[in-house]
Formats: sequence, structure tokens, C-alpha cells
Amino acid sequence: MDLSQFKVVEIANAVKSKKISAVEVTQHFLSRIENLDKKINSFISVNQHAITEAKKIDEVVASGKDPGLLAGVPIAVKDLLCTEGLKTTAASKILANFIPPYDASVVANLKQHGAVVIGKTNLDEFAMGSSNETSAFGNVKNPWNLEYVPGGSSGGSAAALAARLSPAAIGTDTGGSIRQPASFCGVYGIKPTYGRVSRYGIIAYASSLDQAGPMAHSTEDCALLLESFAGRCKHDSTTSAEPVPKWSKNLRDDLSGMRIGLPKEYFAAKIDDDTQKIIDQAIKTVEKRGAKTVEVHLPLVKYAVPIYYLIATSEASSNLARYDGIRYGHRANMQEHKVKTIDELYSISRGEGFGTEVKRRIVLGTYALSSGYYDAYYQKACQVRNLLRAQFLKAFESCDILMSPVTLSPAFKIGSRVKSVLEMYMNDIFTTSTNLTGLPGMSVPGGYSANGLPIGVQITARHFDEQSLFNVSFALEKHLVKEARSPHVI
Amino acid sequence: MITKETIQHISKLARISLTEQESTQFSEQLSTILKHFEEISELDTSQVLPLVTASEIAFHWREDQVHQEVSPTKLVANAPEKSGKLFKVPPVV
Repeated sequence: MDLSQFKVVEIANAVKSKKISAVEVTQHFLSRIENLDKKINSFISVNQHAITEAKKIDEVVASGKDPGLLAGVPIAVKDLLCTEGLKTTAASKILANFIPPYDASVVANLKQHGAVVIGKTNLDEFAMGSSNETSAFGNVKNPWNLEYVPGGSSGGSAAALAARLSPAAIGTDTGGSIRQPASFCGVYGIKPTYGRVSRYGIIAYASSLDQAGPMAHSTEDCALLLESFAGRCKHDSTTSAEPVPKWSKNLRDDLSGMRIGLPKEYFAAKIDDDTQKIIDQAIKTVEKRGAKTVEVHLPLVKYAVPIYYLIATSEASSNLARYDGIRYGHRANMQEHKVKTIDELYSISRGEGFGTEVKRRIVLGTYALSSGYYDAYYQKACQVRNLLRAQFLKAFESCDILMSPVTLSPAFKIGSRVKSVLEMYMNDIFTTSTNLTGLPGMSVPGGYSANGLPIGVQITARHFDEQSLFNVSFALEKHLVKEARSPHVI
Repeated sequence: MITKETIQHISKLARISLTEQESTQFSEQLSTILKHFEEISELDTSQVLPLVTASEIAFHWREDQVHQEVSPTKLVANAPEKSGKLFKVPPVV
């Protein structure tokens, strides 16, 4: 049996029924990482205690106690979530040697369910990027074609999954950072409703937009993973007390009665031919499964990228103020720089520790919040955000799910978009509205471009209606006809 | 047009030292970006409240009691300079 092809559900069942040990599963994926990750650079660090932790799961299984929903399942965790005793860098020089003294709630929950953190995946620095080209630890390469980006900011998580270096991964999504790399790498990824998942222990980028979510090779896997870590957390007061349904047990691919909304403004954009073909096939598939499609109007989505970049960078300028070289992280050499004041120490430490994109976004956010500009930029953006949210809620009066592409075109070549900052930001045209409105959104593999790159389909649901997302994903998974292919690096 | 001087002022507010090259680059790039973003001013938001949070948040109250979940020793472990359970900093005043 080729463990690389095993789904999360299959691994957990096999470990629980003693058909295979957690140690064997963990060793299998550790070997794959050792042999193959040098080609794609998807991991920043590997957990040296993974085998020891896997042994403990096997002991629980042997004792007859319940090892949890994810018994023995290796998980690749984006290096933005704190893992106790395991270096967490945010892909930044400023945290290059930071060892968290506690686990993020997501990580604690995964471990409680028997999962084994196999390593920390690469990302755009501080989650700021959509190509995994801003990491202080090198670019990540797309396993489908090593000259192409895997997407970002959860590029390492998506690439590790696609190359079968881990059966499951955790990403975070602030403006599309789970959905876009999932689409570029041909895997499933969901950004849950804002408030579904605790942000405690997740290095903050934009607190009103950030959400962690699962990435995997099937709908059922994503649903099961999300069940294991969603829910109210006493450490994060923005988490909801909304009960967490057993999504994975209620998947249905019969979409009778469901209305799928197709946003007119998204489809009027310059979508490339390969992407258009796949989205058309997805639309036909859901119709065959009993859903009705209807055009919806969302004219305010044209402002989504501007307001996203104003709000996210403003929040980031505040969140990243904590990196001052005092309690953790890089501190500049005071003798070398002849530092006399604490302000100078802050400035030089931060100037040395942060990469260019991070500095650019902090400066943009600080400007948008500064005296004389606050009303026109940050406040205005928040007002437009309110209008955008209301428009989406109105659209959900005539449909249950929104469907669209994830991006205008598939993965692009490494280095091809770094020159134009604005062009890079416009990548996020279809994904940012979901974060701004707090709605749950998912990327489902749809097919491939003419030159063999994966293309995903994006679906968005009402707040707390992840079940509908999973159902449509399940229907596409089973009925959207596409070739079974393997990436170049496998 | 965001001048290099403005960028330097902003970088002081943000406590981030920028190189000459970064200041020039950011001045050009942010001018282009913000010019594009200015289109949001065409919307009438005179009666609209700013939305600062993505979902309706129900405020949960708790007793104001201290729970020491992580030891002070662990909390200062990552500090570049420390003295016992205290962080060391250069003079503030």
C-alpha cells in the first residue's frame, strides 16, 4: 500500500484499527521530505520529535483508549502558527530563532486528536504575498512545474501536500492565502467563516481578516480536519459559540434545491481561456447534480482589492509593532550601529529584520492611518467594507452558494510578477471579498490548463454554512470529470 | 504624489529604518498604488458606519482572575537580553 496516496480518513482508520502504526506513517512522510523537499523548498523546519510523538499515539491505541479523530495523521503546519518547542519564524529574519513557549489553539486541538506535527511549512513573509516569493528562507516551487510559483501565502503547505510530503496541511487566509495556493497546486483548501477558528497563537497579519483552515486531498479530509479544530476558544474572543457540526458525516453530492449564484462582475473580468473552460465545466456539473444557477450582481467587488489593501496593511502596521527586538526576535547590535536611544534600537532592528514587502505594507498601513489621511483611507475603506458585506448578504437572498474562478489564470512563472507591485496585488481580485465579508470560501480542484497546471473552482457560502461548501465540493469531487494526474515532483 | 520626505516621516512613525533606495522605491510604488485606490472616494458613504469586524461578535465576559498558563521563565526565554524574569532595554528617557 502506498501511504503517499492515503487520505487523512484512511490513515486515521488504519492507525486506530492497528493495521499500521503511527510511527510507520510518520517515518514514511519524513523520508519523503528528506528525499524530495530539496526540489521544492516547502518546509522551513522538520519536527525532530515527530517519531517520539507518533510513538505516544501508538501507545494510546495499544491501551484501548480513543486516540482521536486524526490518530497518527502527519500534519504540515504553516510556519505562522506557534508550535511549542518548535521554531516558528513567519518566514522572516526577525523571528529566525523564535521558539514559542506555547501551542496555537489550532495546533493544540490537532494534537489532542492524535495528529503529529511533521514540520513547519514555508510561506510569504508574515503571510504578505500571493506567490511565496517573499520568504526569507527562499522561494517555494510548484511541484507541478518547478519554474512556477505554488501561490501564496500558504505556498509551502500547498506544495507539500501536492508533492505528497504530508497527507494534510494547515494554512491561513487573509485575502486568499489558502484558496489561491490550493488552486495553483491542485488541492482542496477552505477558509472558514471568520470566528470559526481560533487565532490564538497565530502570528497576526490582519486581525479582522485572518483565519486558519485545512488543506487536503479530499472534501471529507478537509471537513474532518476542520471539525477537529473549529469552535469557541477562551483565548480568542472573536471566536463564535456557534456549534461545530459533523460536516464530514453529512456530505451529500445531490444538490437538488440548491441555487448557485454566478457573480456577473467576476465573469466579466479577463479570465483566461483555460480557467473559463474549467469553470464552465463546473457549472454544468452542479446543474447535472440538481442545482439551479442564477446570475447575481455584486458591483462593489471592484473596490475589494483597494479596501483590502488599505484595511489589511493598516491592521498589519499595528500588529507588527510588537517586533521591537526586546522580548523576542532580532535585535540590532547596539555597538555596531552606535545606538543610543530605544527608538533607534527599534528602528534598526526592524529595518534589518523585515523584508521589503513587509516594510512596504507597514509603511502603506501607517500612512493610511496617519493624521490627515485616516478618514480618506482607513475609515473610508471600513465604510465601503460595510456596503460590500450588505451587498453579499443581499445576493444570498437569491442563491445559496457563489461560484467563480479563484484567480484570472493559473500559476505564473517565478519572478514574472515581482516588478509590478500593483499587478501582484490585483491577483487577489476574486478572493479578498470573502475575507472582508467574513464569509466561508473554498477552492476545489477543477482541472488543468493546456500546459498542465492545476486550476481550482472557488465557492463561497453564507456565514457558518460550511456544510453547503463541503456538499458542492463533494459533488465536484465525484462528478466533475478530469484526468487523474500526478505532479512532476512526486 | 507621496514624496520621499513623506515616506521618511512615515517610517519614523512606524519605527522602521529604510535605506535611501527603499525610500525612493516606496515613494514611487505607493504613489501608484494609492492613485489607483483613490477610486473608493467616488462612493457615497455619508450614512454608512465603518465595519471593523467581519462577523457579529457576541461579547463574552469572564471573571478578572489571573491564570498563569506559561511560566515567566519560559516567557523571557526568547529575549535577546534579560535579567532573571525581566527584559532588558536601553534607557527610555
